[in-house]
Amino acid sequence: MNTPLAGKTPTILLAALALFLVVVMPALNASGAISDFTLNTWGKYLCYAILAIAVDFLWGYTGLLCLGQALFFSLGGYMLGMHLMLMIGKLGQYKSDLPDFMVFLGYKDLPGFWKPFYSFPFASAMVLLVPGLLAGIFGYLAFRSRIKGVYFSILTQALTYGAALMFFRNEFKMGGNNGFTDFRFILGADIRAEDTKRMLYIASAVALVLIFMGCRWLTKSRFGLIQRAIRDSENRVLFSGYSAANFKLFIFVISGVIAAIGGALYVPQVGIINPSEMWMDKSLEAVVWVAVGGRGTLYGPILGAIVVNYLKSWATTEFPDYWLIIMGASFVVVVLFMPKGLVGLPGQIRELMAGRQRRRIAAAEDELLTSAAKTK
Amino acid sequence: MRLASPDKWIRWSRKVLYLWAVLPLLLPVLRAQTSAARPAREIIAEAIVTEDTDKQKELVASLAGADPDEVTYWFAKWKEGEIYTHQDDAGTSTAVTLEGGPDAEEKYALATVAAGKPLSAADGVAIRATKDDLYLADTDSGLRKVMKGVTDRLALSSADVAKRLRAVEDTGFEQDPAKLPLLEDLLKSEQNGKVKAALTQAIAITKLRSEDLAVRKAAVEELGKMGSIASQDTIKTVKSEAEAAGQTELADSCNRALSEIAAHISRVNTAGTLFRGISLGSILLVVAMGLAITFGLMGVINMAHGELIAVGAYTTYLVQNLFSTGIHMSPFGLKIDIPGMNLSGTGWDCYFLVAIPASFLAAAGVGLLLERGIIRFLYKRPLESLLATWGVSMVMQQLFRMIFGANNVQVGSPSFLSGNWTVNDVIFGWNRVFVIAFAGLIIFLTWAVLTKTPLGLLIRAVMQNRSMAACMGVRTQRVNMMTFAFGSGLAGLAGAFLSQLGNVGPNLGQNYIVDSFMTVVVGGVGNIMGTVISAIGIGMSDQSLQQTLGDPVTGKILVLGAIILFLQWKPSGLFATRSRSLD
Repeated sequence: MNTPLAGKTPTILLAALALFLVVVMPALNASGAISDFTLNTWGKYLCYAILAIAVDFLWGYTGLLCLGQALFFSLGGYMLGMHLMLMIGKLGQYKSDLPDFMVFLGYKDLPGFWKPFYSFPFASAMVLLVPGLLAGIFGYLAFRSRIKGVYFSILTQALTYGAALMFFRNEFKMGGNNGFTDFRFILGADIRAEDTKRMLYIASAVALVLIFMGCRWLTKSRFGLIQRAIRDSENRVLFSGYSAANFKLFIFVISGVIAAIGGALYVPQVGIINPSEMWMDKSLEAVVWVAVGGRGTLYGPILGAIVVNYLKSWATTEFPDYWLIIMGASFVVVVLFMPKGLVGLPGQIRELMAGRQRRRIAAAEDELLTSAAKTK
Repeated sequence: MRLASPDKWIRWSRKVLYLWAVLPLLLPVLRAQTSAARPAREIIAEAIVTEDTDKQKELVASLAGADPDEVTYWFAKWKEGEIYTHQDDAGTSTAVTLEGGPDAEEKYALATVAAGKPLSAADGVAIRATKDDLYLADTDSGLRKVMKGVTDRLALSSADVAKRLRAVEDTGFEQDPAKLPLLEDLLKSEQNGKVKAALTQAIAITKLRSEDLAVRKAAVEELGKMGSIASQDTIKTVKSEAEAAGQTELADSCNRALSEIAAHISRVNTAGTLFRGISLGSILLVVAMGLAITFGLMGVINMAHGELIAVGAYTTYLVQNLFSTGIHMSPFGLKIDIPGMNLSGTGWDCYFLVAIPASFLAAAGVGLLLERGIIRFLYKRPLESLLATWGVSMVMQQLFRMIFGANNVQVGSPSFLSGNWTVNDVIFGWNRVFVIAFAGLIIFLTWAVLTKTPLGLLIRAVMQNRSMAACMGVRTQRVNMMTFAFGSGLAGLAGAFLSQLGNVGPNLGQNYIVDSFMTVVVGGVGNIMGTVISAIGIGMSDQSLQQTLGDPVTGKILVLGAIILFLQWKPSGLFATRSRSLD
């Protein structure tokens, strides 16, 4: 891959950026230079960035476009959300040990599968396990029967659709339409307090940096080479004696788990999770962040997630009627004219300039030749 | 049957013409006849002033063969106390109604019931009277009973089949043994098959009240054989009575009849489910057919396909408005006012026939723009065409919202699509029957275009091997353009149909996009026949799961799961395109 920021500089630059996100931002917030609202918004963006990395790891590096990554994201959120719901205790509207929606639906006892979620470690394990297991089963079925390309995308979309329909039902015991909200405590701390919010932000930033480093290490290793080989020519990988299906399955599970971590960090910061988070357009949105930022790089998705979401929150307030049009049109433009995304833009411009120069030289040569021919 | 009616009309109108020609000759005869059969209102007027109650009842009962509308009209007036009697100086009473409002002296103008003319004294001066000068023509319960009998009898012989049918059914449930001879009489002269069946059923239900045990048993058995759903409750009552009275034989035949009826109900339900499944499949098919072309043949993932459907639906809406009150909108500050044709009835019904081609053309036009503007640059990058068209779908959805508003718009059904058709207790809605027929037409058209036209030949050549076709001199760009426009046009047609079945709103297309992609994938990409089979299959399993589980969402989830498992077995769909190439 031609990475415009190759070499030693980016490592230092990236380290500086990481330091800024993890240390400087919270410090500025603590001193009052950055408002709580801004920090919270950035915390959300960083969770989106984690989701974007998950999409990119799958799509940009392996060529598998999954339209269901938001499903893993919200599954992670739901798993932590179950714990947070139980932590509300008797402070809910109905003053009951049961979560509000269960009282509302007339449940007398906590359903069996909810009980272990009183434990935070169990809930955290489930954040990783449940989406991982789902990705494993679905991926096994899909890759075993060699479903690829567009068909894979459409199948993941169907999976997400089915799951969202399921979560919308009250009988599924996951809060139905309204999902989970009104969280109070996380690890004993008041979830609405400034300090807790700052800690959540720091956790998201640290998670993002760690995930970034992990993916960077993976993609730079031999594993990453095979990953890209599958993307560029799966059959050759197969003929070289590698089991492409196993590799893809592993990548799919990793990507699902990464997305789930993002979701688990996202839910306590926004304070709500409901099935609309896993609706199909959310997954597509994540794909668009990656496309806008630049796929096949790891910083591209982060950039894309932040830029697009920033643009979204700006446009929704400034031009509430036109923001969908602005967003939609900009995706079209990015896909048509910027296949490498924002990250690839400098390179594209350089190439364009070089091309113009080449043409100018060629034209000048032409002119010389014709004038030479005329003088003969 | 509908097709045969024009002939009938011609024959009838000829008869009417002949009648006109011979009418002058017949006039004296006709006049003689009218004087023989007196108009109902005259008889009613006479009955009102008759003092003798027996004579009065006799007169009322004699109306059983008169014009039903007239009789019911005057009976209602009589019962509601709107008819008075006026007694002149000689002591003769006349039945009158009050005309217009009271004047300053509280006096009303009077009109005779017998002829509807103003009541005048011997010298020809119109009589005016206050309410106190008149006597209210009242009815007692005996008389009302007779009147009810007459109206029932009239309804039973009403010329309107639906009215007659309802009257027969009502009479059956009254279980009045006194009406048995009347019903049996009617059965002999009835021509309409449905009414005949209803009469048989009504007779049997009435016989359930019979004193004679054998008659009751025979009636129960007959109802069982007929699979009469309506009589289920009555038979249950008879059964419990029989059990209480220890008439085991009758109770047994009741049980047999009830199980026969239950079997009939389950047959009806199965047939209904089958029908709904086929009609749902047809909707899926119409929606997926366009996709089978743009996605299946061309390999373009058009996420804006759903919005093309909405284009078709909104076009239908616009055409409808053009036929009624006109188009009045103000999108983006522009004022659009197109006067409508203000049609109603059959003229308005015809809007749908205009809307069908209009929605095809509108969606095809939008598809053409989409292909020229965006998709043609992305033929080699299918996954990216997915993203770009998703952007387009966002833009289009917002445009719909801005032009037509965020709420659903109202699209009315033409009268020939509303209503239904009941065969043997199974209800077939006209709109669903129409969708099925239309899906068939679309399959035929698509098949004909693809296999029987020069364009179809080119389409197939380009889709099979684009560069080879280009080498042979096919203008692939043009073919791509036409193919995409055709596929988009089919989406528009789907929109015109969905507007008849559900709501039309900015999100219309979103509800169908996943289902239709699934349909194409299951059918085998690039195979029209596969799409047909998979659409019907998915529609059927969806409906039957809904029926057995009683919950649409679970059914849908199960279908999605089944599709994922199905693709394990046949990864490239029902009909895979065989190829030696390694992608």
